[in-house]
Amino acid sequence: MAQKIVNDFSVRIATANGTGSQSANSTFFKALFRMGVCASAKNLFPSNIKGLPTWFQIRASRHGYSALKKHSEINILVNKDTYKKDHEDAAPHSIVIYDSAIMPEQDFNRRDLTYYPIPLTKIATESFDNARIRVLLKNIVYLGVVVELFKLDQEITEGVIRDTFSHKPKVVESNLKALHIGIDYVKNNVPKRDSYYYEKENTGRNNKKVVMEGNAATGLGFVYGGVTVMGWYPITPSSSLAESVIKYCEQYRVDSQGQNRFAIIQGEDEMASLGIVVGAGWAGARAMTCTSGPGISLMSEIAGLAYYAEIPVVIANVQRVGPSTGLPTRTQQSDIGMVANLSHGDTKHIMLFPANPKECFEFANESFDIAEQLQTPVFLMSDLDLGMNQWVCDEFDYPDKPYNRGKVVTEHDLKEMETFRRYFAGDEDQGIPSRTLPGTNHPLASYFTRGSGHDEDARYTEDAHVYWRNMKRLLKKFESSTQWLPKPVVEGQKGARIGFVAVGTSHDAVVESRDQLSQSGIKTKYLRLRSYPFHSDLHEFIDSCDQVIVVDQNRDAQLKELIQLSVANSEPKLLSLAYSDGLPLNAELLTQKTKELLNRE
Amino acid sequence: MSDVQAVKPVAPRTDVNKIGLTKNDYKGVPSTMCPGCGHDSISQGIISTFYELGIPPYQVVKLSGIGCSSKTPAYFLHPSHGFNAVHGRMPSVATGANVANRNLIVFGVSGDGDSASIGIGQMIHAIRRNTNMVYVVENNGTYGLTKGQFSATSDTGVPDHWGVKNDQTAIDLPMLAIISGCSFVGRAFSGDRKQMVPLLKAALAHEGCAFIDIMSPCVTFNDHPGSTKSYEYVKEHDEKLHDIDFIEEKSEIKIDYDEGSIRKVTLHDGSIITLKKLDTVDYDPSNKVNALKTLEEAYQKMEIVTGLIYFNESRKDLVSHLKLPKKPLIEFGEKDLRPSQQALGELMKSLK
Ligand SMILES: Cc1ncc(C[n+]2csc(CCOP(=O)(O)OP(=O)(O)O)c2C)c(N)n1
Ligand code: SF4
Ligand SMILES: [Mg+2]
Repeated sequence: MAQKIVNDFSVRIATANGTGSQSANSTFFKALFRMGVCASAKNLFPSNIKGLPTWFQIRASRHGYSALKKHSEINILVNKDTYKKDHEDAAPHSIVIYDSAIMPEQDFNRRDLTYYPIPLTKIATESFDNARIRVLLKNIVYLGVVVELFKLDQEITEGVIRDTFSHKPKVVESNLKALHIGIDYVKNNVPKRDSYYYEKENTGRNNKKVVMEGNAATGLGFVYGGVTVMGWYPITPSSSLAESVIKYCEQYRVDSQGQNRFAIIQGEDEMASLGIVVGAGWAGARAMTCTSGPGISLMSEIAGLAYYAEIPVVIANVQRVGPSTGLPTRTQQSDIGMVANLSHGDTKHIMLFPANPKECFEFANESFDIAEQLQTPVFLMSDLDLGMNQWVCDEFDYPDKPYNRGKVVTEHDLKEMETFRRYFAGDEDQGIPSRTLPGTNHPLASYFTRGSGHDEDARYTEDAHVYWRNMKRLLKKFESSTQWLPKPVVEGQKGARIGFVAVGTSHDAVVESRDQLSQSGIKTKYLRLRSYPFHSDLHEFIDSCDQVIVVDQNRDAQLKELIQLSVANSEPKLLSLAYSDGLPLNAELLTQKTKELLNRE
Repeated sequence: MSDVQAVKPVAPRTDVNKIGLTKNDYKGVPSTMCPGCGHDSISQGIISTFYELGIPPYQVVKLSGIGCSSKTPAYFLHPSHGFNAVHGRMPSVATGANVANRNLIVFGVSGDGDSASIGIGQMIHAIRRNTNMVYVVENNGTYGLTKGQFSATSDTGVPDHWGVKNDQTAIDLPMLAIISGCSFVGRAFSGDRKQMVPLLKAALAHEGCAFIDIMSPCVTFNDHPGSTKSYEYVKEHDEKLHDIDFIEEKSEIKIDYDEGSIRKVTLHDGSIITLKKLDTVDYDPSNKVNALKTLEEAYQKMEIVTGLIYFNESRKDLVSHLKLPKKPLIEFGEKDLRPSQQALGELMKSLK
């Protein structure tokens, strides 16, 4: 047998949607995490409730990589409908475990593969009477196979099952039984014929880490950041974000009288959802909504209103594949261009780009400070990969900064003032005016908010000079905003003249690809943008490079275009690496395309 | 603009209301409507309503969509915050303001284009949610601001300003409101302030969404012979359900009436409206089926029913439904809103 390969391979599990495979997959992933292994998980699921195929990839990496891996060393085929294709697609020389009770052995005839036929359905049927439970537990049986074949730690796996179902002892019991059936079957019938092993690591790498989905983290961040009003409309992949806000509000925000320190309204559509949030932001609440591409399209008119009337709101956009309905359960970064200028006229919006759940939490928490200080919409640009997959990330730090509510003029302030001018900003104000909240008991407080032309005193006007002055002020405000926005993160290799620029979930693939390139003698550095408008660090970074590869998870190089528009004279240096097929990026692809771009085949 | 805490004059003035403000204090900037536009009469009615009730303007927010009608919030209650939103989206913005600060008195103004077409979904859903607001539609059966196109409340076969006949059927807004679950539905005529003002007052006293469709002729585009939204037509075909009077909470109830001809309706804040029977009909606004029947019968005769058409005090309003505390949400700070460090620690532990 070849040399042992430990903690450095991927497993791809092919199941059908709605069969309970998610729980087995998560248990698997969590067990690896608790073993101290660097693990990542990607769920590739269909836009369907029950029956369509789902693939789950669990990657272990000795080098700390967590991007999607192009090929998996181990394939577990549980889905009868897709096994032929799954078998065909299995990487050369990989391992295939399949349900031999429902997939005929003669179909598994590739000479390069190592097969483990396991009659999963049969042994599940023999052990459990209830048909529904059988289907669910078949997945745990495969997990037992993994425990025994690859030495996923049994005790830890059992511990995860106990913790997951801690309130349901019966479920724990049946899950453990299923796990043991898998373990015993392998022990008694299946000799090991491969070299893949999991082993506990004691580097302590996961000690200060947690496992969380980006959407859960964003929702938590909003709750810590003080959201009191949310309007939302269900859409994949952002619904679980809204549900996380609901969950944490119910957990932390119900007072002793059973009253809610939050108002959550499911709108009739995304226009209403954002309208609710605009009304609440105007009235002085920290208000947010969350959606995905189709909802963003609908919100566009009201986003422009919030921009022009200067109302603080936060919009989380969990991006999915477009155009139109697109591929609702696949990931993409294809709303960057649209959101940057969402709505007609000269409109510009602030965007935040988190790359992991910790940043989701932090940016969501800070987004209200940014929105209220600048009195403008803030878009938190996540994506399906980040939002709906489970990620291993650093523990969150407690945000102890006081909320910054921005320039709100109170009744008390007004008593000292001769006038209040809603849309007036002095030289030192960087374009940011002050506002009063409705309900302020002072004759100077009131003003009229509108999306039509207005002067410094919020009066309707079509005056040419006043219009232009206002537009220039809005631009000044926008450009000054970078001081409050998360700075880019730069990682460099000394002497490198080739730079990568990316946002969000492209990160993991870029990190891995840079190592691959380095092995081919291509030195690179890397700047990860975390907000728009772009910080001046980006200008300096581009200056310091001969060539800058901008990674885009979309067809049209939206990030690159925005950089080109924002950084004067950057165009000659910018190379576009724009690709998206709906799956998270993988490093092999990045490396290959980078070499092509640099003509270094 | 006048100071709410104005120093009281020595001699008692007769032109001030119970909080010491004059009617002038409830005015807005000068109107830019066409002279004679029904919308201006409604603005006057709104000014009288707030003045007579003695509502402090700072507690009021006035919101609207887009249209001539939606411009009017600038023409009343200058000392109130106003919000001219986008076309058809006033109800959602009003809903957000309502839940953010439940102490605000939310007053929404819309048009028939704004509410019966582009914003019909928002109108229905604000009603369905029972946002605590007054929702006024200034209904002229036309798109005034975009120069006289048919609206969804234009009646079938009726000619527009240029003589082209409408071949679509009309949406009856009060009927739609009732069907959508509205707990307070009225209709008034801009030319009859005696009826409009008590209805508006009652709407303000109502908790939940109070919807009032106000016939408001557009003198420029829809006041011609043959129009069913002209002054002349509405005046002639106004089928009043009753004479309305509003009696404020706490004011001594002295009603001059002979038993049997008057219905009393008690509103949430304890104020009362009296509905005085006209002719022989004793209209019962709490009967939903009858309300719809009355509207349908009038519609078939091309008549316009006005008055308090439907009233149901038992529906919970949005803030109760959301279990909001008495203290407005905007008054909570980070101490009340941010979960503790311990909570975060425990959560982190559970994610291991
Ligand atoms: C999205 C959008 N579409 C179209 C318009 C143009 N528009 C402005 S007002 C209006 C109709 C207003 O009609 P109504 O609400 O009945 O108001 P009225 O002027 O009759 O009082 C239209 C279509 C707009 N402002 N926004
Ligand atoms: S166009 Fe019609 S609705 Fe508009 S202001 Fe003139 S009369 Fe009124
Ligand atoms: Mg109209």
